[in-house]
Amino acid sequence: MKSVADPAGTRKQRWEREVLDPTLRKSPERKGPFTTISGRPIERLYTAEDVAGIDYDRDINNPGEFPYVRGIHPTGYRGKLWTMRQFAGFGTPEETNQRYQDLIAAGGTGLSVAFDLPTLMGRDPDHELCLGEVGKCGVSIMSLADMERLFAGISLADITTSMTINSPAPMIFAMYLVVAEQQGADWKTISGTIQNDILKEFIAQKEYIFPPRASMRLITDIFAFCAREVPKWNTISVSGYHIREAGSTSLQELAFTLRDGLEYVQYGVDAGLDVDDFVPRMSFFFNSHSDFFEEIAKYRAARKLWAEAMKNRFGAKNPRSWALRFHTQTAGVSLTAQQPYNNVVRTALQALAAVLGGTNSLHTNSLDEALALPTRETATIALRTQQIIAHESGVTNVVDPLGGSYFIEKLTQDMIDGTLKYWATIDAMGGMVEAIERGYPQKEIAEASYQFQQAVERKEKVIVGVNDFIQADDKPIEILYIDDTASGVQLQRLAELKQSRDHGRVQRSLAALQDVARGSGNTMVPLLECVRAYATVGEMCDALREVWGEYEEVPVI
Amino acid sequence: MSQKIRVVIAKPGLDGHDRGAKVIARALRDAGMEVIYTGLRQTPEMIVAAALQEDADVIGLSILSGAHMHICPRVVELLKEKGLDDVQVVIGGIIPDVDLPKLNAMGIHGIFLPGTPMQHIIDYITAHARARV
Repeated sequence: MKSVADPAGTRKQRWEREVLDPTLRKSPERKGPFTTISGRPIERLYTAEDVAGIDYDRDINNPGEFPYVRGIHPTGYRGKLWTMRQFAGFGTPEETNQRYQDLIAAGGTGLSVAFDLPTLMGRDPDHELCLGEVGKCGVSIMSLADMERLFAGISLADITTSMTINSPAPMIFAMYLVVAEQQGADWKTISGTIQNDILKEFIAQKEYIFPPRASMRLITDIFAFCAREVPKWNTISVSGYHIREAGSTSLQELAFTLRDGLEYVQYGVDAGLDVDDFVPRMSFFFNSHSDFFEEIAKYRAARKLWAEAMKNRFGAKNPRSWALRFHTQTAGVSLTAQQPYNNVVRTALQALAAVLGGTNSLHTNSLDEALALPTRETATIALRTQQIIAHESGVTNVVDPLGGSYFIEKLTQDMIDGTLKYWATIDAMGGMVEAIERGYPQKEIAEASYQFQQAVERKEKVIVGVNDFIQADDKPIEILYIDDTASGVQLQRLAELKQSRDHGRVQRSLAALQDVARGSGNTMVPLLECVRAYATVGEMCDALREVWGEYEEVPVI
Repeated sequence: MSQKIRVVIAKPGLDGHDRGAKVIARALRDAGMEVIYTGLRQTPEMIVAAALQEDADVIGLSILSGAHMHICPRVVELLKEKGLDDVQVVIGGIIPDVDLPKLNAMGIHGIFLPGTPMQHIIDYITAHARARV
């Protein structure tokens, strides 16, 4: 991709002088600014000169080959389409189980569990902070009994399940394993994913319980446990999604997420694990926002950055450690409450960007999600959007169709360079845990989100239906309204559970958990016994709160 | 105006999505108000205690989780108990249309849904904040 400079300047300079300038004098460009949604300035034209420093074999290479810019599979989507994994959960376990049966019947190829806030925060529904929250944003899971109800009639040997759970990830994962065991499924062959990414909780989503170092230990315990017992399980889904939703730029999402990934690898190595024993089971989760090309460049850059860091920084030898696999969700934050049907179009474009970026799994948001959790109908349209891309658009016929585009390759390189700069800053602070303790990523994101909001207020960034093209007769749509029925059901079940189980066994199992937490054993082992004794999520988390304390952040505005 | 409007911005309940609360806190501060941000996971009791201690004119609640019909009545009730009925309560977040009349009936009229311009919120608070003596 080299170009030769001639005495009259580069080809691009000649074009600017002889072709562009006369045009601009006659008809000037729109006012701009011509920037991505992240505020990155974009040139009007990219040519071979912009990618002159890029060597195809060294820097890009073919699909399935290091550093995987063009994808981790040599056949792209011709071999296997991405997994269409729609995130769902609300109310009681029975209600959510019904939604899963619907999604499977509609052609969904994986499950993805959304838990309610009490479960995510490790609180039983009778805690005072759970007022009005039970079953609202996801399904309420208090104990093994609820997990049995959630997967009734669904064979865990045959489907993969992703669970968006972080602080109480070990407890919920232990419940899943026990349900699998009850169904006769083999731990050695079942697969799925737990999000289990606490760093982005401290940075962005804020569903933390324990202090950072204790939280990191729970995660490395899962790495070690799974390497031995559940070898096909994806032990972590290092997530940029929430970082982006909290207001970061595309570059910050990429840089912070991958740096979180490096932190987990370092902690795993420090805990005595071999890189190639646990890194192949790490996966990632990115956002797909509205700036089409910037997002595609982000995914391509991510694969290369990870491959090079694993090989060079950690000395990984297994190509499966180098290959970054990721799930994508379209940007919830981009959905508008105004003219909600427009969200179908936004989501389709974002989904297409994820596919052109080579995502391995995808969730498409529903048109009503700026207002509520989706209805059965809107959730189906979201899934159909993926099926239309997969089966009608033709984009799956060829691997990395945008590879070699001057613009895409330059933007990919810019994302890589920008990420390395952020990494240097974080490395200089001592690592991501230290950077979080100093509030560094939190401040960067808060600043970016404020700048974006200001740009929207000034109409430099147009949001159709919100700050431009507003429609006065915008009619409300029917939404899913979740009442307090689930809360009543779950509170009653909690009371009944505490009467019916073996109280002594619960107490002994929780005491054993605390003993291991104070020492250095693997916490998954006593947690499995707590779960079998029907200890609740709240009880297990409280037992660890007593040992490790709770994290409190200093808010940054 | 001789004295700044004092606003407590709070995140009640278990939800950690604080982007909106933080952007609004900063916008109100930049508009010349005195803003106290409580941080996350506040009970109604903690929020009203903060309003009392900070001598707040306005309490802004950011709620996206669907718990507003439990949290708002409790905050309004506690304000009455403490004799702080004249403190304006405004809310921002995801609030279904069917709940709007019920919130109005509690005396909550400043309800800002997704996509509300920041200037609109600043103007509303400036017009409706309890008059400082």
